[in-house]
Amino acid sequence: MRAPLIDVEGLRHRYDDGTAALDGVDFRLHAGETVGLLGANGSGKTTFILCLTGLLAAEGSLRVCGLPVSAENLPAVRRKVGVVFQDSESQLFMPTVLEDVAFGPLNLGMNAAEAQKRALTVLQQVGMEHAAGKAPYHLSAGEKKRVAIAGILAMQPEILALDEPTTFLDPPGQRALIQLLRELPQAKIIVTHDVAFARAVCGRAVFFERGRIAGEGAVDDLVRRFDWDPQAETAQAHNGQVTH
Amino acid sequence: MHIPDGFLSTPVWAGMDAAALPAVAYVVRRAQRNFEDARIPLLGVMGAFVFAAQMINFPVGVGTSSHLVGGALLAFTLGPAAASVVMTAILAIQALVFQDGGVLALGTNIFNMAIAGVLAGYLPYHFFGNGPWRRAAIFAGGALSVLVSALLAITQLMLSKAPMPGAALGLSLAVFAVSAVLEGAITVAVTQSLETIQPNFIRKPSGQRYAVGALGLAAVLLAGVGVVFASTSPDGIERLTQAQTAAEATWLGKAEAGLAGVALIYGACLAIGRVVARHRSA
Amino acid sequence: MHHVVLERWSRGATWLHRRDPRAKMFALAVFLVTLATSRRNLPVLAAMLFALLLAALVRARIPARSALLRAGVVFTFTVPFAAISFLTGDPARATSMLLKSYLSALAALLVVSTTPVAVVLRGLEAAGAPRFLLMVAQFLYRYLFVISEEAQHMRKAAVARGATARGLAGRQERFRAAAGAVGALFARSYGRAEDIHRAMLARGFTGRFPAMQELRFGRADAVFAALAAAAPVLARVTAERAV
Repeated sequence: MRAPLIDVEGLRHRYDDGTAALDGVDFRLHAGETVGLLGANGSGKTTFILCLTGLLAAEGSLRVCGLPVSAENLPAVRRKVGVVFQDSESQLFMPTVLEDVAFGPLNLGMNAAEAQKRALTVLQQVGMEHAAGKAPYHLSAGEKKRVAIAGILAMQPEILALDEPTTFLDPPGQRALIQLLRELPQAKIIVTHDVAFARAVCGRAVFFERGRIAGEGAVDDLVRRFDWDPQAETAQAHNGQVTH
Repeated sequence: MHIPDGFLSTPVWAGMDAAALPAVAYVVRRAQRNFEDARIPLLGVMGAFVFAAQMINFPVGVGTSSHLVGGALLAFTLGPAAASVVMTAILAIQALVFQDGGVLALGTNIFNMAIAGVLAGYLPYHFFGNGPWRRAAIFAGGALSVLVSALLAITQLMLSKAPMPGAALGLSLAVFAVSAVLEGAITVAVTQSLETIQPNFIRKPSGQRYAVGALGLAAVLLAGVGVVFASTSPDGIERLTQAQTAAEATWLGKAEAGLAGVALIYGACLAIGRVVARHRSA
Repeated sequence: MHHVVLERWSRGATWLHRRDPRAKMFALAVFLVTLATSRRNLPVLAAMLFALLLAALVRARIPARSALLRAGVVFTFTVPFAAISFLTGDPARATSMLLKSYLSALAALLVVSTTPVAVVLRGLEAAGAPRFLLMVAQFLYRYLFVISEEAQHMRKAAVARGATARGLAGRQERFRAAAGAVGALFARSYGRAEDIHRAMLARGFTGRFPAMQELRFGRADAVFAALAAAAPVLARVTAERAV
């Protein structure tokens, strides 16, 4: 069996005030998989994603595509894992869509012409090439999310990590996102409150509880086992609280 | 006070544009130090914050309200150099996108509000921010940032022979004094709100040397106040007009006079700075 | 809102829109200095310059009426001074202030109506302005509307909280509510800046922003710069000769 793309053992992270955000997490992700991360607000799902790319320092064993996540490896790790954050507005920080999607390739060392070509290609892949010259502010939430995904795809990662991607999306937007995610071959980790969405895209899921993974399996199994009321969670998420 | 084009005489706007260039270059270098480009998003976003915060009204009287100007607040939270950079960016966007302030006059507005105003707003906090007078220092910072920029603007307008009879001048100064007090009060209130949210937002006054900056600012202010007061006294008006008509003999003469004055102040600051540095290291 | 309209105007595709920003800024500088330093026969010069700007507006397909009205915002500053000048017996100065400030504002508006803000900033960088400062301005503009919207929400919430309170105590309450709203907006903005920084790091930010896109200065731009600079100068020479 091929080595897992993500291999995590005993991952720990403490907040500044000492409480454990992650309290010993074991996790594996294999090529081609789409795994859902479910759980209540503050259970550690987003913290887990941030630790994966070294945006938060963590203890324990953490390997991405065979590389240990350490200070020297951060550039390489960040090329392997593309993170799509919950708030697209903060992710699309350049003046135009094209410049934003080209940001990653330029940082990888491509020249302006190559970066632009790469950007246009991925924009086509997500169906947003018509918006290349537009300012991100004027896009709808669904369009912003697709451009954000394009920005990540432009770096050709092996793993996509999405944090609550359906926040702010209306049903058509969600359907478009499901369609897009199904077409992408990369392994994916998706943090989500939305059970229907998780059911539609995730092959399996894990359930976070107070910084640990309390269970894993099919989405419906976990919902039943943990008596998790997704509607209450969604309402809280839509109050604009960014979960960490 | 965002001065539009068409008000300042050529020596004044040209001189102030020339004065603003090295000042802006300096604060950009200082703000960039130790961080390279990493701070750009923070500074940009906080600039947008200041813009947006001006929409929030503070009731101050019957039917009247004021808003935060923000120079002093930025200085307490980002440091004075970064605050100057942010204010410069704000003024540029205001001039270009909102036609609030002229293009040729941009150097003047930047010098008044982003350089002198921010520095004046920071100095009381720098000297007294740690002690029992902290709140008074914050108030003074807010008030001075508005007062200093307004005073400089009035000086520049008067040097440009903008119509400012005694009554109008008195009224303007009174209005500015009130605005200054309001900015002080609003800055204190917002600072208190910030301290309850996250005390780390407000920096501790740093150990940086501001003696030279304070001296330079004082020199510029004295000159400005001098001009204003000279022109309010009957003799003063005549003497000032005579001096102006004499210099008006050559447009170039006036420009040179303006630039020479500014160069003198910079030179004095540099010289004093060197002397002070030598004494400290001794 | 004005900046939304300006965004739309600036993304047109006319000949004027497509000119290099440096050419436009050079032309603007010449226009402004020619106007600012003019002393003789100003009304005639002003009429000619106005015609020039109006022609450019029409050529660039900018709604002329809206643009002419928008440039009038300078009058809030100018009119009081002009009134004083007039009343103290110096009508020439009053006219000068009104004409110069209005035409200068209109000329600047023309440039930003035909050039997206990010492109203006790139032009300024090519002209030697500090890159750090321009990138701060770029981020400022990018998030200006986003944070303004957040401020609107907070303003409404603050007003709602203090709406029933009346009198001096009420005013104090509303003052404090406003300070709370500003503080909360500050915290949100600061948090957003951290989110942006994280997003930058996640996409390989090296500590220095990659070079801004290059501008290309072509023959059309040189022709435009020459003509656009010559026009106000010629107008002034003509006006002063006509006295």
